[in-house]
Amino acid sequence: MTALLGPIATMVWKDILLELRSRELVVSVIVFGLLVVIVFSFAIDPAPGQAKTLAPGILWVAFAFAATLAMNRAFVREQEAGALEGLLVSPVSRDAIFLAKAATSFLFMLLIEAVLLPAYAVMLGFSALSWTLGLTIVLATLGFALIGTLFSALAAQTRSREILLPVLFFPIVLPVILGAVESTTRAIGGETLVGLGRWLPLIAVFDAVFLVICPWVFSFVVED
Amino acid sequence: MTALNARNSEFAILTEGLEKSYREWPVLWDLDMSVPWGEALSLFGANGSGKTTLLRILATSARPDAGTVRIAGYDLRRHAAEVRRRIGVVGHRSYLYDDLTPRENLNYYARLYGIRDRDVRISGALERVGLSARANHRVRTLSNGMQRRAAIARAILHQPDVLLLDEPETGLDQDSRQMLGGLLDQWTSEGRSVVLATHDIELGIEWGHRSAVLSGGRLSFHGADSGTIQKALSGTEPLGVCQQSRTPVEGRDSLSGRREQ
Repeated sequence: MTALLGPIATMVWKDILLELRSRELVVSVIVFGLLVVIVFSFAIDPAPGQAKTLAPGILWVAFAFAATLAMNRAFVREQEAGALEGLLVSPVSRDAIFLAKAATSFLFMLLIEAVLLPAYAVMLGFSALSWTLGLTIVLATLGFALIGTLFSALAAQTRSREILLPVLFFPIVLPVILGAVESTTRAIGGETLVGLGRWLPLIAVFDAVFLVICPWVFSFVVED
Repeated sequence: MTALNARNSEFAILTEGLEKSYREWPVLWDLDMSVPWGEALSLFGANGSGKTTLLRILATSARPDAGTVRIAGYDLRRHAAEVRRRIGVVGHRSYLYDDLTPRENLNYYARLYGIRDRDVRISGALERVGLSARANHRVRTLSNGMQRRAAIARAILHQPDVLLLDEPETGLDQDSRQMLGGLLDQWTSEGRSVVLATHDIELGIEWGHRSAVLSGGRLSFHGADSGTIQKALSGTEPLGVCQQSRTPVEGRDSLSGRREQ
């Protein structure tokens, strides 16, 4: 386990350092996320009381779009100077490479969502101060990160990666979005963990399954 | 670390019956190759002959379709991680991150390789390739030749038993080529091995103890004579082209790609 965690920490730190220097991912995705909610608030003019009903759907559509934008960049840096090849010929396991990229995407997405959530709460008129909502966001974002990282690795090897990623990503991640919307509806309605019903466990099971499958498939994706 | 890693094989590299195709396009066929310890093998071949594919297989970044590969005695399929610890690779690209400095890039790779005395090793590698003065400048600000030298420093950082270099001379000026030649001399004199692919016949002969031409998916070995190598190279075509044009390839049915019994 230590043999896995050391390289993962090294790779995650490298990605954070690169992001701090380039600032090309987090800032642009946050701006995009804010634009989405502004467009929604102009396009949909809900009657009083309706905003709370629409908020979970708008929130997760915006988060999912933001995730595809962020995931598209996950392997671009690795591809730019062939650094992925450098990783593949190093003694680091393919599992560690995948988990590091997924962990980075997860952290970046959580940061982006932490900035966007208060803005969305103000614009859509719901309270973001709910730990069940927080748990929903963490679990759903983990699902986004796992699936997104795998398909980002696949798409990065094609010329049409910007198009291919959402085409692959959305059908597979649909159960997570569905679970997250339902769970968020209940969470912002003041429900406790028990009140969220089967939706949160559904996302957790999905995460667990893909935590096993994705690293395994990744090794086939990155090798000729 | 100057002592070689423990050896459990007579050869640094040994391949038997190696085959690789990309879809219906065969690149390597029934390729046998052995590189003893302390030897530098120069690999020549026309564009598309499979030099890079062969090096990528040896570097564990491409899977062979058939055949066995042993590096430092370790089977590539079963002990890939052990193999990776023992190889250093210089590819067409630098494998470096543009927004990190050469020192930061080397520190990153040193951690991934689990090197303990990182600072000493990194400084040593940077000094060896003459990049100490630019060690703290971001890679994107370095010239192509300097980036190439940084890539070489990255490849030798963990003191690998086997160096695999794909056209390492690209972008290097005369001084840098001399530096690399000296490094390869030192590498082999310490009993380590080198395989380098190049289009520069004179340089390949100067740097290698043996020369081989990759043609028709196989290797043929030649002495240190540029004329012979040039002759062996002239008229050769990638294996897939041979098969499509029905040009017979020695020892093999040219269309089916099967070996003659």
